[in-house]
Amino acid sequence: MVRQMQDISCKVLVIGAGPGGYIAAIRAGQLGLDCVIVEGAYYGGTCLNVGCIPSKAIIHAADEFEKAMHFAGDSAIGVKAGKPEIDFSKTVAWKDGIVKRLTGGVSGLLKKNKVRAITGWATFVDGKTVDVKGGDEDCRIRAENIIIATGSAPVELPFLPFGGNVISSTEALDLPAPPKKLAVIGAGYIGLELGIAFAKMGSKVTVVEALDKILPLYDNELTRPVEKKLKSLGVDVRLGARAKGASDKDLEIETADGKAETIKADKILVTVGRAPKTEGWGRENLVLDMDGRFIKIDDKCETSMRGVYAIGDVTGEPMLAHRAMAQGEMVAEIIAGQNRNWDKRAIPAVCFTDPEVVSVGLAPEEARSSGYDVKTQVFPFSANGRAMSMEAEDGFIRIVARADNHLVLGVQAAGRGVSELSTAFGLAIEMGATLEDIAGTIHAHPTLGESFQEAALRTLGHALHI
Amino acid sequence: MGEHVIKLPDVGEGVAEAELVEWMIDIGANVREDQVLAAVMTDKATVEIPSPVEGKVIWQGGKVGEILSVGSPLIRLEVDGPGNVKPGEAPETAKDEAPEAAKSPAPKETKATPAEEKPAPKPAVQADKPKTNDRKTNGALPLAAVPRDEGEKPLASPAVRKRAADAGVDLRRVPGTGPAGRISHEDLDAFIASDGEDSLARGRGLARNTAVTEVPVIGLRRKIAQQMEAANARIVPITYVDEVDMTALEDLRKQLNETRAEGRPKLTILPFLMRAMVKAISEQPHLNAIYDDEAGVVHQHGGVHIGVAAQTPNGLMVPVVRHAEARDIWDCAEEVGRLSGAARDGKCSRDELSGSTITITSLGALGGIVTTPVINHPEVAIVGVNKMQTLPRWNGSEFLPRKIMNLSSSFDHRVIDGWDAAVFVQRIKTLLENPAMIFIEA
Repeated sequence: MVRQMQDISCKVLVIGAGPGGYIAAIRAGQLGLDCVIVEGAYYGGTCLNVGCIPSKAIIHAADEFEKAMHFAGDSAIGVKAGKPEIDFSKTVAWKDGIVKRLTGGVSGLLKKNKVRAITGWATFVDGKTVDVKGGDEDCRIRAENIIIATGSAPVELPFLPFGGNVISSTEALDLPAPPKKLAVIGAGYIGLELGIAFAKMGSKVTVVEALDKILPLYDNELTRPVEKKLKSLGVDVRLGARAKGASDKDLEIETADGKAETIKADKILVTVGRAPKTEGWGRENLVLDMDGRFIKIDDKCETSMRGVYAIGDVTGEPMLAHRAMAQGEMVAEIIAGQNRNWDKRAIPAVCFTDPEVVSVGLAPEEARSSGYDVKTQVFPFSANGRAMSMEAEDGFIRIVARADNHLVLGVQAAGRGVSELSTAFGLAIEMGATLEDIAGTIHAHPTLGESFQEAALRTLGHALHI
Repeated sequence: MGEHVIKLPDVGEGVAEAELVEWMIDIGANVREDQVLAAVMTDKATVEIPSPVEGKVIWQGGKVGEILSVGSPLIRLEVDGPGNVKPGEAPETAKDEAPEAAKSPAPKETKATPAEEKPAPKPAVQADKPKTNDRKTNGALPLAAVPRDEGEKPLASPAVRKRAADAGVDLRRVPGTGPAGRISHEDLDAFIASDGEDSLARGRGLARNTAVTEVPVIGLRRKIAQQMEAANARIVPITYVDEVDMTALEDLRKQLNETRAEGRPKLTILPFLMRAMVKAISEQPHLNAIYDDEAGVVHQHGGVHIGVAAQTPNGLMVPVVRHAEARDIWDCAEEVGRLSGAARDGKCSRDELSGSTITITSLGALGGIVTTPVINHPEVAIVGVNKMQTLPRWNGSEFLPRKIMNLSSSFDHRVIDGWDAAVFVQRIKTLLENPAMIFIEA
């Protein structure tokens, strides 16, 4: 039976309702543009459903459980409690509640801004036409401007296909209980965030990383506090080791010195990166220039086709929700006729490991290899009163500035709760702050943030508390 | 140690290139500031190019006889301090590439990467080359607009960036006066206010004044404008200048003033000049005339009515000393004094401001050495008095200090020939230089 397809025309069509897509649609709606958004699976995309938000919920539960375990032992602060238990199915249900509230919120915001949301899978017919199928109702949408925001998906290892005990981060967030033995392949931020959380909830965790360090995108100074914590949690970290395959509950690896070894694991979590979703939506019907595996975009997020934009993970690194959101907002404004281009100085990156790791702007080595003459100093939390008072002395804040004019090029931190400080770091860099600006700003006492000011002072050569 | 490149400056209006005619220095030589480096020749002149800095010559932009375009590198100096060339920008070899380099600016380094997805801006220099630091590293932050390296992202807050984008301003063109060259809202305001012109003076306490005040041309100003317009539109002027040795006249004037009777006005040069003009006019009456060019008639007047141009608070006025031929020197002085007072007070009658047949214009000490007086239409002659100054003059055996004054006089060449003009001025000169002749009837 051939169904009569509904024809829809609009000014802006957004494909994918992840953070980039839904922000683009909301902003387009705010600007009075006739906007349609198509989503195949879940509003809010990876981030809200199977990424940032649910993982943070699980991590929070793990932290609370660890704290309770701490109190069950001999806690230095005098709090004593009974041995805690965790009902992980309840944790997952609580997490699902948060996700539901947030995704519902996205739908509500789209509606509020008069964005028409259509559920289904979009396929390009040409640069101005998209067919939507598999949803409530098939339709054909003709749009003056189309924003591709299809996102990314976990990368699968060919010899360890997802299924059975081999899981991706998505499944890890929906397990019925923490696995007794968990093997994590890939010591990037996703693998370590989840690995640490499960270790805190009682899993025996082994991390297998092909490179010779954890969090390979961060320098040793930043990852050292995480290494220390992994050790204290009893996480077995195998660096320079390669996964070779798995049979049921045995993970075969080749260790750094070339020996074959078998690791017992109830679940094998593969977190070896994410790949842009460039297939499955009719890219073959377009003529899009590519930039490696990503869609090539210019500084206005326009692709090689006029009126076709791309934002978010499908356009390149860093694959972070806040980058996609900023791009989405910008593209909506460009379509509305405003003069915008990508002029951001920094995209903060946060690892919600324990301790947390933050990097905004350039790390010292990056700055040097970019040709800058650099001044950099670290201020340790061990010299910060607030950190002492909350048993969070591990970590530091580090500032990287130009030696000639003291312009802050980058700020990095490791420590408990430093993710919240990324706001200050980002603002400083985006505003073009110099060391003197940060040193001259009164930072509330007693807070971890004082270490930011102290790091600036120390870079200037006159830290007060060290 | 840095490198300073000196480019061939704009050596003359409309000159796009110049021939290198001489090198004053060789490679390896040390040059001082202001020392001449080379001479170049245009179709107009030969120009010497001095060095703005001190340094050692490491590269020459061409051989003698080559044509260099304006703005092309002429010479490279090794200097103390950072110089004006980024490392990596300077060509490694000199002589072999010289003709090529001489014709086009030094090749720019290509940008490291066009991709802007990095968390922070990358400078346009190669990663393995150290950055040239134009600024001192002692922590003192500059207050004036900070120069931005080529390809460096302008530093500005997101709010400033958005305002600039909305206003269609490319922030790369906006000078930043904040720390590290940050562009403030005020910098952007100033840039927009200057209509996008490069506001280089910002931060040095100097600002462009782009105000335009509309002043209506009315009243006396309009009258003057119309009179000048008529003069310029109709009269074909010839201006003749000669100097007059006023020493004898000044001695006489001093003596007369010192011995003058009670109640007599102090004599200026004007009454003497008026009397001299009366005398000259008696021999050349056609210079004391009104030319009705529409009727094609020159009205020669018997009476010498001398207009005396005077600056008043209201503007230029020309009160008229009537019948100067019938006044002696004291009379003339008195009448000039009375009229100029009346003109200053705005009390001149219409008759007193019209009917002149010839005019004197004098700016006194402001008289300059030469002027081109505009004839008071429809008259045919005007005598301009320049300032008097004591100058050395050769008397045949020695230099003597003499009081010298120029007369710049204009004549309507339609009816007065240059020869007549010259005779007239020479006659006045003779009379003024020998003042006794003014008083002796021929």
